[in-house]
Amino acid sequence: MMFLRELAQNFREFISAVGDSSLFLLRLLGHVPRAFMRPRLVIEQLYNTGALSLVIIMICGLFIGMVIGLQGYDVLQRFGAEDSLGVGAALGLLKELGPVVTALLFAGRAGTSLAAEIGLMRATDQLAAMQMMAVDPMLRVATPRFIGGVLAMPLLTVIFIAIGLFGVQLVAVQQLGVESASFWSQMRSSVGLDDVMEGVIKSCVFGMACSLIAVHEGYTAVATAEGVGRATTRTVVVSAVLILILDYMLTALML
Amino acid sequence: MRDNIVEIHDVHYSVSDRPIFSGLSMTIPRGRITAIMGPSGTGKTTLLRLMTGQIRPDSGQILYDGLDVSNLSRSELYNLRLKMGMLFQNGALLTDLDVFENVAFPLREHTRLPESLLRHIVLTKLQAVGLRGAASLSPTELSGGMGRRVALARAMATDPEMLIYDEPFAGLDPISMGMIVRLVRQMNYALGITSVVVSHDVEELSILADMSYLISGGKVVASGSFVELKDHQSEIVNQFMNGLADGPVPFHYPAPDYFEQLLADLPW
Amino acid sequence: MRATRTIEMSTGLFVLLGFAALFFLVTQITNRELSADGSGYEVEARFENVGSLKVGAAVSMAGVTVGRVKSIKFDQSVYKAVVKMRINSSYDKIPSDSDASIMTSGLLGGQYVGITAGGAEEYLKQGSQIALVQDALVLENLINQLAASFSKKGADDSSTAAPPKPEEKK
Repeated sequence: MMFLRELAQNFREFISAVGDSSLFLLRLLGHVPRAFMRPRLVIEQLYNTGALSLVIIMICGLFIGMVIGLQGYDVLQRFGAEDSLGVGAALGLLKELGPVVTALLFAGRAGTSLAAEIGLMRATDQLAAMQMMAVDPMLRVATPRFIGGVLAMPLLTVIFIAIGLFGVQLVAVQQLGVESASFWSQMRSSVGLDDVMEGVIKSCVFGMACSLIAVHEGYTAVATAEGVGRATTRTVVVSAVLILILDYMLTALML
Repeated sequence: MRDNIVEIHDVHYSVSDRPIFSGLSMTIPRGRITAIMGPSGTGKTTLLRLMTGQIRPDSGQILYDGLDVSNLSRSELYNLRLKMGMLFQNGALLTDLDVFENVAFPLREHTRLPESLLRHIVLTKLQAVGLRGAASLSPTELSGGMGRRVALARAMATDPEMLIYDEPFAGLDPISMGMIVRLVRQMNYALGITSVVVSHDVEELSILADMSYLISGGKVVASGSFVELKDHQSEIVNQFMNGLADGPVPFHYPAPDYFEQLLADLPW
Repeated sequence: MRATRTIEMSTGLFVLLGFAALFFLVTQITNRELSADGSGYEVEARFENVGSLKVGAAVSMAGVTVGRVKSIKFDQSVYKAVVKMRINSSYDKIPSDSDASIMTSGLLGGQYVGITAGGAEEYLKQGSQIALVQDALVLENLINQLAASFSKKGADDSSTAAPPKPEEKK
């Protein structure tokens, strides 16, 4: 019985959290035009979320590409279809692995950094001090970071995919002896612009989701050390779950 | 010009059924240093939030220069806040900016001053608090007292009419404390700024404040000059002013009978 | 102030890298010719049986994909399947008497439409109909045909051949 009551309670909290986040999103979006009048802030945040994540994205992209090359070759070889490695890798990276893995990595690296930064500002009264100085923290702190994340994500995803393909090629052509010409030509004939678009659209949606969650968690964190810690953990967990749910929905929608 | 810059009339405020203020009234005279004291947990910081419009009272009025603070629109509220400066308990400096930029922050956000003029103002404010040489340090490199002085310079940057100090002496060594006291006095005497100091440091306040309010149980229990408070009849005032361990604020947290609890079969 | 120069440079580099990657993906790995659905002209062919041909299947000549199957519908007035195909506009010299057959790719692969060129001097254009068609080979029909031909051959043999000599049976 207690279990059910707790469940109902959690469910109610969940619903109000969703509502809270949605309202927060609307407020953020409302501030976006004015935030662009301070390009310096947006650029700084684009740097923080994007440029600083480059290294991890590139390394992971390379290795995922190389793994796909190895695994893909091994599996396809059983059907005599090694020549299709290029196609499979490209489509897999473009449509699924690229957007999803990049988003997960982003949530882990940039998302937690955003949440912690904003949460700490909340805990040390910096946000309240800004309000006292008649500066809107939503405009000055939250929105530039949100925009930075939204802009960074598609760029990171595309870089991830490109490097991933390079990794596949590295393993398949250089190491395993798949013919370079057929590798690329099979890819070219089976991959279309709409596949690329699918990946980019997904990454944009994921970017909005992850940035929203990170900024929201930081902004509403409890002003203690554990509060900030919990905010960063929740950022990763909620982002991961939401990414995968959105992935399914977007895939079903676009197929 | 009104005599009282801030007037609080019969304010009630509670947080999730717990009453914090029940019928609080006070006035802050213009151009003077007013102290607000009380035992821990009486809601002094909440009072500051009510005064600056960050939260709204459940009932009652809070007037700043005749304007009802809780009924202002967002832009009117921001205009009002430009006239007030607040020194937060821990300084609350922005950690991603250095000292100079922290002091310059309100100016950059609200004015379009040319860079040279802005530089002059910032350096002057830093000079007033004695930290002009620390302009290029980052907040993490400052000691507690220095951080608070920078925060004061920042609060002063827009030349406000009223300065609010939230526990300015908490956790400072005597030297730093002396510096803050001197600065609060200077701001008041030299510039005519109304000062509201929230603290429970009876010693420092006694030499600083023109008049004081003592809050307990959600109301003002005593007001007046320090001498008047020291000789006050009320028990709670007496306990507070003299630092007595036991009195209306009890030493023991409510607990069941000692003897019974020791002998009973309870886990502890 | 933080070294804003570094920040701006790094961010600029990051954005450029992103666009470079996007450019690479779009141009290097997609087949730009067939990805644009708009260009091309439509022809149709009527089949008795389209087998397992699907919309989107390839239309090829000499093994090269020249178009895609756009729609497959059933025409009740003539009881035939109407297959509409979109041919890439760069292949505009297909003779109007070419024939269209439904072929199977490999032994168990998907079905596609193969066009064999005829010899006419006129070419297929938007709205043309390919008259010569060959239906899909359906496995069951094949088996039936085979069985029928065996039994027919057996009947022929028994009617035209001499009865087995009694001596042979000894």
